[in-house]
Amino acid sequence: MNEILQILSENARATPAEIAALLGRTEEDVAREIKELEDSGVIRKYITIIDWEKASEGYVYAVIELKVALQRSTGYDSVAERIARFSEVQSVRLISGDHDLSVTVRGKSMRDVAFFVAEKIAPLEGVQSTCTHFILKSYKEHGVILTDKPKPKRLVITA
Amino acid sequence: MTILREVPAWNAEAHLSRTVRDLPPSGIRRFFDLVNEMDEAISLGVGEPDFVTPWHVREACIYSLESGYTSYTSNKGMPELREAIADFTKEQLGLDYDPGDQILVTTGVSEAVDLAFRATLNPGDEVIVPEPCYVAYVPDIILAGGVPRQVSTRIDDGFRVTPESILPAITEKTKALVLSYPNNPTGAIMTRSDLEDIADLVVEHDLLVISDEVYGMLTYSGTHASFAQLDGMGERTIILNGLSKSHAMTGWRIGYALGDPRIIGAMTKIHQYTMLCAPIMSQMAAIEALLHGEEEMLKMKHEYNLRRRLFVSGLNRIGMPCIEPQGAFYAFPSIIDTGLSSEAFAERLLREQKVAVVPGNVFGQSGEGFLRCSYATSREELIEALDRIETFLGRL
Ligand SMILES: Cc1ncc(COP(=O)(O)O)c(C=O)c1O
Repeated sequence: MNEILQILSENARATPAEIAALLGRTEEDVAREIKELEDSGVIRKYITIIDWEKASEGYVYAVIELKVALQRSTGYDSVAERIARFSEVQSVRLISGDHDLSVTVRGKSMRDVAFFVAEKIAPLEGVQSTCTHFILKSYKEHGVILTDKPKPKRLVITA
Repeated sequence: MTILREVPAWNAEAHLSRTVRDLPPSGIRRFFDLVNEMDEAISLGVGEPDFVTPWHVREACIYSLESGYTSYTSNKGMPELREAIADFTKEQLGLDYDPGDQILVTTGVSEAVDLAFRATLNPGDEVIVPEPCYVAYVPDIILAGGVPRQVSTRIDDGFRVTPESILPAITEKTKALVLSYPNNPTGAIMTRSDLEDIADLVVEHDLLVISDEVYGMLTYSGTHASFAQLDGMGERTIILNGLSKSHAMTGWRIGYALGDPRIIGAMTKIHQYTMLCAPIMSQMAAIEALLHGEEEMLKMKHEYNLRRRLFVSGLNRIGMPCIEPQGAFYAFPSIIDTGLSSEAFAERLLREQKVAVVPGNVFGQSGEGFLRCSYATSREELIEALDRIETFLGRL
């Protein structure tokens, strides 16, 4: 894997200077490659993983499973892309199995989310059914375990 | 009824074995006590991974306990584990060891080191120990009735063993040579051609080679080679290895010895009377680690390599000259220019800037003038430690 991407995927705030020190390269060289990765769209965005529960301004999340009638010319894409434009929608994925699309939705309350699904998603042309699963507690997000306990301490000096 | 008797004052000292009593105290111990008094010190003094054992390995152990694996095992270790070790060794070094009689599972490499000396040394036999090196060899040789002959490796040779460095120490009593590469504390490795350079001498004097390769998986530039890989050298080499460093499993206490069936048999004899077997739960975990642990192992190695670059270039930048450590997870910068001894430097750095490092002389006389800094600690701590060391140097 591209080493710069790997480092940034763990810490979006790593500076070119810091990355350069880790890789034994020059800062300019790393900065140029990051720019290229951004320009070509490999790097889409730098985000922060937040434990919303802890941040106390809690959001409500739900996973919505959708069954979709296939459109002749565009397949799933046109429905999926329409759904993706709503700002309440966090992710849209085509999945294998019982359902076709898996959509995560964020709202201020369960009511918010339920109404959003009922008013905006369910009536869309091509959407045959929706099944809403509210997320009750999150244990791991984006590879970060949210419920981890502190690591036990090592001895301070060993041979 | 109580019988009163005249009892002279108890003198425990008088009851100790002279050999044990006279064993020099570990230099690390004194420093440990010092560091322990200071809270909040950043420690670059730790000789073990900062990673917790990968979850799949811990989970396999938990499952084995749930399934009731709580018994003794074969003295040599579980057959499945010896098979896994044989496959792993074949893959890493291209060498064949028969799980039936050429592999012994021990409680850490520590036990394997002890067994190797006890199984091969007669009273007065000499063992050449290139220094600086891990602290256990010299006391273990003495406890086995042997005589350690320390020889210095030099920074100009990249802390590698050369024929010139060992030749003067060879006598007719010389029985064995210890090789410990990748090296703790210097981070040096020996490549195949470095080993070839000393092979003739080893054959000429009919030496046994005891090769501690516990850091063998952790090399970042250059390729680790085992003395056993050299043509005709397999039978006179005892390879000691384990999972402590490569798989972040120090607390599990699993190591192993590979070698000639008669030597492994002799080591097994001692092991069966003193240890019986390595703990079964740790053996179960080790099987999982060897069979399915490669990805996690490589991930940790990659992280060490990033830190190595960050830390070593940092040391050189702030004025602590340091040769490139090619293996293990230690940097060994020189402090000769400061005019301080290793111990004085380490003690003052600890008191004034709360950074703990290990004075190089703890690993042998030739380590004087150096410090061992472990980079098996987080990047943030390494960066903070570099800042503090720079401040310290500025005030000298
Ligand atoms: C060179 C060397 N050999 C052996 C050991 C001991 O390893 P184990 O945990 O397998 O007993 C260490 C630990 O620091 C070491 O550095």
